[in-house]
Amino acid sequence: MIKQSALTPDTAAFREIVPAGEYFLKVVKAGETVRILDLEGNQAADTLFYNAHNPIERYSAVDTIREQGNVYLTAGSKLMSSENNVLLEITADTCGRHDTLGGACAAESNTTRYALEKKCMHSCRDSWLVAVTEHEELGMSKRDLTHNINFFMNVPVTADGGLTFEDGISDAGKYVELQAAMDVLMMISNCPQLNNPCNGWNPTPIEVLVWS
Amino acid sequence: MLQSSAPLYDDLIPRGSHWSFIMRRGHVLRLIDETGNANVGMLMYNPENPLERYNMPDTLKNQHTFKLTSGHVLLSDMGRVFASVIRDDMGWHDTVSGTCNADMVAQRWGRKTYQQAHNHYHRNGFTSFLNELAKYGLGKKDLTANLNWFSKVTTDDDGKLSLVSGASHAGAIVDLRFEMDTIVVLHTCPHPMNTATDYPGHPVRYQFFRAAPVTDADPCRLSSPEATRAFANTALYHLFQ
Repeated sequence: MIKQSALTPDTAAFREIVPAGEYFLKVVKAGETVRILDLEGNQAADTLFYNAHNPIERYSAVDTIREQGNVYLTAGSKLMSSENNVLLEITADTCGRHDTLGGACAAESNTTRYALEKKCMHSCRDSWLVAVTEHEELGMSKRDLTHNINFFMNVPVTADGGLTFEDGISDAGKYVELQAAMDVLMMISNCPQLNNPCNGWNPTPIEVLVWS
Repeated sequence: MLQSSAPLYDDLIPRGSHWSFIMRRGHVLRLIDETGNANVGMLMYNPENPLERYNMPDTLKNQHTFKLTSGHVLLSDMGRVFASVIRDDMGWHDTVSGTCNADMVAQRWGRKTYQQAHNHYHRNGFTSFLNELAKYGLGKKDLTANLNWFSKVTTDDDGKLSLVSGASHAGAIVDLRFEMDTIVVLHTCPHPMNTATDYPGHPVRYQFFRAAPVTDADPCRLSSPEATRAFANTALYHLFQ
């Protein structure tokens, strides 16, 4: 569902551009709104959320889609935690549909999906592994890298049980906005994948904006 | 694809219960829906390094599928095959709906404690998984998207999810051939989208068989280029054995 935001970038309390292949970590406080902006179009933002005070409670893709009764995320979707609490709600969305079944790319999944010799290409799960090891204060590890949201990614599921990665439906300037229902830690990998259309074959920067 | 028709072991998991064991590579786990309408929640880990675990997104996207049935492989997050689905009498199993938790079970079917009902108390899938995971030093951080054998969940063109009632039948079989040693965690608690009036309680029979050797022409190995490469990764893992 397309829903515009009333917020304007000039009133944002925080703005940062995240290049493709980088990770981004930030706590978003309860009540704050965070926007992820697709600057150049067709860019997958692989995103995980945690309860900022207890990261054992984390985003749960399966609980989120089951509780809303739909596999796609858009405006109105409540992102559920592994403890059945609402982490955030999508309050605006100019893309219309986001994926949470496709997971994140990894060195190992690159070997099976594309070719065994692609294992050393950069991947989202590698970005997250670096994020948790560079931030030991978070007390997180590979065990915390669970099934994520792929903002701006188009993974249609068909009535006969098919699932494919299609060309993105996002474009330059499209965004998704979420309001935090509790203090959440947001961990993004701006996807470096070069082997499928999720980034339009050309990974590009995103911008993260936060309004207090 | 079984080496013999007589099981090495045969057992029943009662309704609303949980259990776990280690499957060794080259063996088949047969799940049998004893009464029809069963649901079997399942998670998998590598006993050598439990950080390697069943990965729902990798399993689905590698095989371009939303459902699981015979010919599919169940992948770990390390690009290897835990198990191949070598027989399926039902055609469509769910791995995207998660599992029921204590609040859900209490709201839908009422709270029934051990004190009230002894071993017919209302267990839930979330606690059941944690109960078994703790036996291997694992816990909440290790919970991932699980399989729900014998439960069929479909979508329509708009992505709306539905649990198809009565999709399984008494005697329906799923055979999983293990390609790696695997910690298998199971529960027989209700599917989280089940809206039956009474707490759905269906036992599941499980059996172990020795598997026939996996040939180069194995249908699961050849089911997709992605599966073939996952078998290659698995063979590399066993290179020194």
